[in-house]
Order: sequence, then structure tokens, then C-alpha cells
Amino acid sequence: MRQNNGLPVLRTLKNLAGLAIVPGERRPGENVTKYSFEDFTPGRVFPLGPKHVTVEEIIEFASEFDPQPMHLDEAAGRDSILGGLAASGWHTSSMVMRMMIDSYLLNSLSEGSPGIDLMEWKRPVLAGDTLSGRTTVLEARALRSRPRVGIVKLRHEAENQRGEIVSVSENSIMFRMAKAPETSA
Amino acid sequence: MKMSELYHDTKLEIGTHRFEAAEIIRFAERFDPQPFHMDAEAAKNTLFGGLCASGWHTCAMWMRSFVDYWTVETERLKAEGIVPPQLGPSPGFRDLAWFRPVFAGDSVTYTVTLTASRELASRPGRILNTIVCEGTNQNGLPVVRFESTVLEFA
Repeated sequence: MRQNNGLPVLRTLKNLAGLAIVPGERRPGENVTKYSFEDFTPGRVFPLGPKHVTVEEIIEFASEFDPQPMHLDEAAGRDSILGGLAASGWHTSSMVMRMMIDSYLLNSLSEGSPGIDLMEWKRPVLAGDTLSGRTTVLEARALRSRPRVGIVKLRHEAENQRGEIVSVSENSIMFRMAKAPETSA
Repeated sequence: MKMSELYHDTKLEIGTHRFEAAEIIRFAERFDPQPFHMDAEAAKNTLFGGLCASGWHTCAMWMRSFVDYWTVETERLKAEGIVPPQLGPSPGFRDLAWFRPVFAGDSVTYTVTLTASRELASRPGRILNTIVCEGTNQNGLPVVRFESTVLEFA
């Protein structure tokens, strides 16, 4: 499944260490470098997080979007099967989205996503947890319907500070290409 | 009573929400700060052509609509002498499609349809319900659809 994505070693190391957001290759005539379709090579991994989850954030989100007792009140959370004040699953997904934005999506030629293939909320995210994780590129292909746009299938895993996976999701995102696809000789 | 005894294959309308520009921007600032969710002027030059809600905002509002609906519905059931189903958390969802943008000023009407219920062999006393969740805008056009699951304590 994993392939050598041909990146210079230094960039790969930086990515793995999560030390820096490394934009795509700088291209002639471009002042701003952004991740393009070509940068999403199968097997490539983008680090997510860390994101610390506070009591206040959990309650704020739940008050607006998911006002159930286990998302609003510490004691009610402890008494529920979630075992503590727990973030709404939609909050967890939204936090993963923000980690994707900060890792690579905002600095990309994204054309949006048609949807989410699957979302598994595997463990509760509790107040005080720190989330981190990774996006792994699964597949990438050019779109026949749109010139210079490709669709990339991604897998996103988020885990807590104990390394326990809290959410797994897969979706596809469209990205513009930096240059026209080469026609085969 | 159980969900399957009350609602099987019935599409329930659970609420309508009008997405105002200010709340679209506020959600985006926290979770999805892309130009088309943040700034009406900047959004004009993007593929969406106008300020529109993050897809996650559209989904989160389905959840809010459901919680509000369920609060009223459980009271209605009690008033009729029916013990309401005890719902638990959701393990997740699949096949979520965002069909078209939800623009500032759009009103989305949400529905839920229970399509399947099965007892969990591994966890006696727990039922896993499959529900189809949908949102439609004021022009009757679908904006979101996903197939979710919700636990029920028998």
C-alpha cells in the first residue's frame, strides 16, 4: 500500500516530526506555494494536531449543537457510558477538520469535498484530552470530468494522549493540479 | 417501547434552521476557516460563488435539530403513557454527501428515517439503530444526507 513518494529526505523528516508545515514545491512563476494534487501521493502522511480539548469548548459546542447531558455536565458524563464530560462526536469531527485545515488544507489548492465515506467515533473524547493524529493519502486520480483537477482519497486518524484511537474517517477531497497532466508519449 | 416499534421506515421532520451569515462565520472561525466560509466578498471569487456554511456546520445543525425534536417527542410519548426509547451515543456514520452549498440565508429542513434495528449479539440489551439523516433547502433541493447509527438501551 505504501509507496515511496519521492520526497526529499529533509522534507519527509520534517513532516514526520510534525515540526513544520512544509508547502508543496515552489514552482516557476509562483510566489505562493500551496499543496496541489501532485503533492498527495499515496502513502504520504500529514501530521494532525496537537489539539487540547477544554471543558469550556466541549460545553460551548454542545450548548449550540448537541445539548445532551453527557456533553454539558461533568456528573452526567460520569454517569453515562462515555465515562466523563465528553465532546459531541460532531465536535470531535469538527476538531479533526480544524487539524486538517492547519496541517495542509488551508495551504492547498483544495476544491472542496463531496462528502465523507465513513466516520467512526471509536472512543469518547473527554475534557482534558489532547488530540493528535495523521492523514494518510490512500489513492489519487485525475478527474475525467474536470481538466487539471484530481480527487484524493484520505484516511484520517485521531488519537488521545494515551495513543488510543478516538476517531477514524475516510473521505475524498478535490485538488487542482499545479500543471497539466503529461500526455503519454 | 423500542425505536423500531415506534418509527420504522417513517421519515420524521425534525426541524428547520435558517443559516445566518454571522453564525456561518463563527463556526468557520473555530473549525473550518476557508475563505468561502469566512468572508462574503472573498467567497464570490471561489467555486461556491458565495458565503456558505462549512459542511460540518450543516451536519452539526442536524444534530441540534434532532436533540430538540427528541426532547419534545419523549414528552409527547410520556403524555400518551408510552415509555420513550432510551437512546445512547452514536458509533459513527457513513456515506455522507454534501450535495450543494448551504448559503447564508438558506433554510434547511432536516429529517430522520429509521431504516434498521438489530440487537448487538456482543452486548445483550443494546440495540444498534441505523438512521438516514437528510437536509433539504428552502427550494426543496437536498443539501446533505448521511447514514448514521445510534445505540438504544433495550
